[in-house]
Amino acid sequence: MPDVLAVPIEHQFDDATQQREAATMGMWLFIATEILLFGGMFLGYTAYRHAYPSAFAEASRHTLIAFGGTNTAVLLISSTVMAFAVRAASQNRRKLLGLLLFVTASLGVLFLVIKGLEYAHEINEHLLPGRAFHIDAADPQHAELFFYIYWLMTGVHALHVTIGVVLITFFAFRAWFRDAFRNHDTPIELLGLYWHFVDIVWVFLFPLIYMIDRHS
Amino acid sequence: MNEPSARTYLFTGIALLAFLGLTIAAAYVNLGPLNTGVAMAISFAKGALIVLFFMHIRYSKPILWVFVGAGFFWLGIMLVLAMSDYMSRGWN
Repeated sequence: MPDVLAVPIEHQFDDATQQREAATMGMWLFIATEILLFGGMFLGYTAYRHAYPSAFAEASRHTLIAFGGTNTAVLLISSTVMAFAVRAASQNRRKLLGLLLFVTASLGVLFLVIKGLEYAHEINEHLLPGRAFHIDAADPQHAELFFYIYWLMTGVHALHVTIGVVLITFFAFRAWFRDAFRNHDTPIELLGLYWHFVDIVWVFLFPLIYMIDRHS
Repeated sequence: MNEPSARTYLFTGIALLAFLGLTIAAAYVNLGPLNTGVAMAISFAKGALIVLFFMHIRYSKPILWVFVGAGFFWLGIMLVLAMSDYMSRGWN
C-alpha cells in the first residue's frame, strides 16, 4: 500500500484504504457474475455427460491432450508472472511492471495461437458441429453434443483471454510510458484478479474436456 | 494489505505446475469411477491456491471471503440441486 495516493479520494470514501477495498469488492462481485456465466455452461456439460457418459468419453478421446496440457501450463505460468506484476506495481517499479505485463500478455497470445492451431486441426477432422460434422463413434449424435459444448466453452473462454490480452497490453504501455500506476496500483490489482479468474476457468475445463476416461 | 513474498508466488506457481503433471498422470491410471473425482479434487486444489495466494484472499478482510464464498456457493447450489434432479429421475 503506497503512502501517498496519486488519485483523489472520492467523497463517498473515508480514506484511501476504504476506496481500494470497495474497488476490490466490486471486482469480486463482477467475478461472481462470471462464475455464474461459466457455471451455467458447466451445468449443461455435467447434465449431458451424466446422460451420455460413453459418447462423451469417446468424443473426449478425439481432443488433443498435448495442446490442452501445454496451454494449461502456459496459462498457469502467465498467472504466476501476473502475480509478480501486481507486486511490482505495489512497489512502484514501473519498468518491471510494464515488462511483466508484456510477458503476461505474450503468454496469453501464445495460448490463443495454440488454441487456434487446435481449432484448425479439429475443423480439418470434421469435428466442428454442423453439416460437415463427422466422427467415427458408436453414438455420433451425442459425440457431436460434446463438441457443441467444447466449442462453446473453450470459445467463451478464449474470448475472455482475448479481452485480457488487450487490457493487459494497454496497461503495460500505460505503465511503461506514462508511469500511470505510481502510488495508484488498484487498477493493476483488479486486472490481476480478472486474469487469475480466467486461469481458474481453464483449470477446470482442461480435465473435463481432454481427459474423460483416457486410461481405457 | 500484507503483500505475499516473491517466494510465496514462486512456490505457488511451481505447485500449480506440479498439480498439472499430477492431473495428466492420474488420467492415464484406471481408477474406475474415481478418475473424474480425482481430477476435480486436483482442480479444486489448484483453484484454491490461485484464489488464496495469487488473488490475495488469504491476506484479505473477512468481507472479501464472504464475497468469494458467495460466488462459489451459488455455483454449488446450481450444480447440486440441478444434478440431484437429473440423477434421481428417469429423464431418458
